[in-house]
Amino acid sequence: MNLGPKIIFTIPGLNIPISETVTTTWAIMIGLTLFAYFGTRKLEKVPRGFQVIIEAIVGGLNSIVKQTMGEDKVRFAPYIGSLFLFFACSNLVTLTGLFGKSPTTDLNTTLAWALITFFMIHYNGVKSKGLGGYLKGFLDPIPAMLPMNIIGELATPISLSFRPFGNILGGSVIMALLYQFFGYLSGLIGLPIPVLGVGIPAVLHIYFDLFSGILQSFIFIMLTMVFVSNAID
Amino acid sequence: MAKAIVLAGSAIGAGLAMIAGIGAGIGQGFAAGKGAEAVGKQPEAQGDIIKTMLLGAAVAESTGIYGLVIAIILLFVNPFISYFM
Repeated sequence: MNLGPKIIFTIPGLNIPISETVTTTWAIMIGLTLFAYFGTRKLEKVPRGFQVIIEAIVGGLNSIVKQTMGEDKVRFAPYIGSLFLFFACSNLVTLTGLFGKSPTTDLNTTLAWALITFFMIHYNGVKSKGLGGYLKGFLDPIPAMLPMNIIGELATPISLSFRPFGNILGGSVIMALLYQFFGYLSGLIGLPIPVLGVGIPAVLHIYFDLFSGILQSFIFIMLTMVFVSNAID
Repeated sequence: MAKAIVLAGSAIGAGLAMIAGIGAGIGQGFAAGKGAEAVGKQPEAQGDIIKTMLLGAAVAESTGIYGLVIAIILLFVNPFISYFM
């Protein structure tokens, strides 16, 4: 079993390999952009049909950001909301059957998200406290704690990126082993098509893809909001 | 022979790495128990309690996930086998 992303094609001339992660991510981005574009065409005072869904999503994300970060930090809501939608869609994209792998099973994707969060924390810390106050924060509670504080700050993106990566990758490995097992069982009975693997894995898909996927994206945005608001206050 | 020893050691190491699941299980169970206690005390705050409990449980799970990542690397990627190929 090969766990790495497949190389779909190589850019000619530059010799840059384009993996499955990149193409799936671009497909998700195009889908979300079209969703936002066509959802905001005919806006009315009284929402009807498609506008109800859009308003529910935007209103829910805005209220989560207000509750967690406070009323004065609503300016983070667009980034947090788009991160949540992108994360949830990349976890749920395997359920459509059009893509073989979720982009979250590639450490590059999650590490990129975690690094954005890492730079947001420190940029906002410097911006709100000033450079002197920010650097003084590393000497709390006593100056001897400086190396421990630095290690703790560097551990944030590592833990933040490995959590969704391990969770989704573990789920996909277990699902792949289960499908292999059902194929083997069907071969024992003498069925050419693995019929046994039709209904039973659906229950596990609900847990591993739906529940785990939504929960991991929710946790990621919650931790991002908590860290950033701690850096500002 | 050397390759066989490396493969056997990697399999044993993957099994040992999954002992990390004990800590995650205890931590999540503790969080769930405290959450049940809190719902018993204040049934009207159930939504907030469930949100906080799930967040804490997922953070507690990350130690187990570190072990899972090490086990998956040892089983499917195996950085040690390249010394003998």
